[in-house]
Amino acid sequence: MKLRYIKQSAFFFVVRLSAAVIGASIAGFVIYLAVKGAGVISWSFLTEHPRDMMTKGGIMPAILGTFYLTLGAVVIALPMGIVSAIYLSEYAKQGPIIRIIRIGVNCLAGVPSIIFGLFGLSLFVVFLGFGSCILSGSLTLGFLILPTIIGASEEALKSVPQTFREASLALGVSKWQTIYRIVLPNALPGILTGSILGIGRAAGETAPIMFTSAAFFTGKLPQSIFDEVMALPYHIYVLATAGTRIEQTRPIQFGTILVLMALVLGIDLIAIVIRSRFRRKKRW
Amino acid sequence: MKRLSRFVLSLLLCFATIGAGVSHAAENVTVNGSTTVLPVAQASAEAFMKMNPGVNISISGGGSGNGIKALIDKSTDIANASRFIKDSEVKQAIEKGVYPVPHRIAIDCIVPIVHPSNPISGLSIEQMSLIYQGKIANWKEVGGPNMTIVVVSRDTSSGTYEIWEERILHKQKVTPKAQLQASNGAVNQTVSKNKYAIGYIGLGYLNSEVKGLKVNGIEASADTALSGVYPIARPLFMFTNGWPSGLTAKYINFIVSPKGQEIMKDEGFVPIY
Amino acid sequence: MTRTTKELAIKRLFLFFALLSLFILGIIIIFLFYEGLPIFQAISPLDFLFGVEWYPTYDPPNFGIGALIIGSFVVTVFSTIIAVPLGVLSAVYIAEIAPLFVKELFKPVIELLAGLPSVVLGFFGMAILAPWLQETFDLPTGLNILNASIMLAFMAVPTICSISEDALYSVPKEFKEASYALGATKYETIARVTMPAALSGITTAVILGMARAIGETMVVLMVAGGATAVPESIFDSVRPMPASIAAEMAEAPFRSQHYHALFATGIVLFLLSLGFNLVADYISNRFKEVGSATL
Repeated sequence: MKLRYIKQSAFFFVVRLSAAVIGASIAGFVIYLAVKGAGVISWSFLTEHPRDMMTKGGIMPAILGTFYLTLGAVVIALPMGIVSAIYLSEYAKQGPIIRIIRIGVNCLAGVPSIIFGLFGLSLFVVFLGFGSCILSGSLTLGFLILPTIIGASEEALKSVPQTFREASLALGVSKWQTIYRIVLPNALPGILTGSILGIGRAAGETAPIMFTSAAFFTGKLPQSIFDEVMALPYHIYVLATAGTRIEQTRPIQFGTILVLMALVLGIDLIAIVIRSRFRRKKRW
Repeated sequence: MKRLSRFVLSLLLCFATIGAGVSHAAENVTVNGSTTVLPVAQASAEAFMKMNPGVNISISGGGSGNGIKALIDKSTDIANASRFIKDSEVKQAIEKGVYPVPHRIAIDCIVPIVHPSNPISGLSIEQMSLIYQGKIANWKEVGGPNMTIVVVSRDTSSGTYEIWEERILHKQKVTPKAQLQASNGAVNQTVSKNKYAIGYIGLGYLNSEVKGLKVNGIEASADTALSGVYPIARPLFMFTNGWPSGLTAKYINFIVSPKGQEIMKDEGFVPIY
Repeated sequence: MTRTTKELAIKRLFLFFALLSLFILGIIIIFLFYEGLPIFQAISPLDFLFGVEWYPTYDPPNFGIGALIIGSFVVTVFSTIIAVPLGVLSAVYIAEIAPLFVKELFKPVIELLAGLPSVVLGFFGMAILAPWLQETFDLPTGLNILNASIMLAFMAVPTICSISEDALYSVPKEFKEASYALGATKYETIARVTMPAALSGITTAVILGMARAIGETMVVLMVAGGATAVPESIFDSVRPMPASIAAEMAEAPFRSQHYHALFATGIVLFLLSLGFNLVADYISNRFKEVGSATL
């Protein structure tokens, strides 16, 4: 009898320990990088161009570049993703087509990011001749986050109770109007969460933009979607591996990491907060 | 729902506005290519833009092959290369109606480096060849302390590696155990943190964190590289499609001008004259 | 336009968009094969997959990605060994043991970890963990399998943890209640009832975690060291497939054999992660059919 409880305590200890290891390493990791980066952050760091071989000045072009790329990705993926999700959850009947589409979405979600980079290089940069630019990068990132948006939107649509639809249809409202007026507004916070998570993902990716849009250094800000841009994740990568002055730019690397982390984690946090508030508010 | 569609619409508009800028783009030069040329390209671009406000030079450092690829695709104005263009690349370029013109912009000396704590001060080409083939695996075999040698090399597709393969390895294969790094900076970084390591970098990347080695008793410097005494030196190129004109020509002229060559020197390269 | 035709038109339009994902997957495959297949005119697929000599720029070149495949598998396996116990046990903690407020705090933290950009993890492994490993264990290099596996485990843990937690959570309450009614302790219930019932979900989680690790680029590019040799110990450097593609693509002359070989490496990587995802999909689908009614 006693042995059983010793076993239980031992097991619980191991379980708590692993949770603690995870929690502590995340906290340690984030705090360490934040402390290292905090000293560098200043108004001028956020608003100036890099100077003197990246050892001085700021990272404003990279912040702006990441903003453009992410915005472009969302503009491309959001409408496609929401419409796909509406079809999957509202129109499609169980059957081979929906099964295949769903497998397709899952597989797309599992495609490694470097493969998206290769694909973007061969299709947008070379085959369509866009060259390395914001457009190519945004399209590549848009395709990358499409499954995230479809998944989250579908889940949000499914969580709207069937009775809502039935009530609307019973009043003689057409299916499309039911979706547009009843289902979508109720699913909106969930869809928003999904798109925000997608934004976070797009902002943090490096491999897909390496060959499709990222520049090491641009003197001016991009003037069209056919210009190359600097981007935060790529900036970290090049400064840490390819610069001439890896050690001298170390503080800038830490600062850029802090900005990127704050951006991505901040975006994700917003999504998580929206979702939890939405869940609490739901009364059905 | 209305709010959502308005949100999406405004995003689209926002993006379209960025797109509209394409028609009135300012004077723009794009530079792509070798990571070795990157520091000088950037330093000279910074100086050039300071002298000519309103122009924009954007630089990516994807590597020599990538730069020439971009030149052939016409997606860049200037391709930096730490090697000469290959026959296959010339063929592709001609097929696409692109005529690559080389411009020699500086001379690069490649220096073998070790950790500052390593007592070795020079190696012969023969010794380095054996080290890079993996046939010498301990520092004591070349007169150093008894410790293993960690071979750090550049990616086998880089221009810097190509020169190394030709001048040091004499077309022998580098040991597969070599750590392959993506750039000069990364090699410097790796060697500066590793007391077992040997690597090689462009003279421009040499700093106090690593120790440069003499090759066959000759120290790498501007003089030895220019006079041809130093065995591992190579010219750096910028390629353009046809003879350059407009802003591209102005920029390249600036680089080969005395002022531009001064920048080369500051960045640790050897001026062409 | 009558109402029904309008409805039908909307439905068709939506189907079109839903098919776009499949279409994108399709063109990814087409372009990978279009750029990758030409390499097999120069080398047989068997030599390509199992050759361990990767000298893409020599004359004559060797395009054997055996060592790269081994590199990918080694870091994936070791990161799984690290991530599975941590991820699954943390899931058990969240689903079964944690008090409510800890649970509410811990779940978002795990999700945030999932959102951490991979380049940040790569940077951490390269600039902080590598020098530390090198000094502590007096290694020839800190950029090695161990380092890459630890950083990859960081990426796999959130996937494994949150999917396992879902699986544990969805085990019907009746199962646990029946177990308690028979006098089982909480541990016995978790170990003999909840975990086995959630096993296919947990397996899915592990496979998806592995899929994430094998396809991850930035971490292995920055941390794995990049040696093309077949590793002999976990302190050796390796060059997993994504790292090789990312590092060399920029330097390979356009449409050269090397360029095609890198795309072919991409095909192998793509098929591997596709395999992982299809297996996960298959397992999780079978799992859905097992509810409290069928047992």
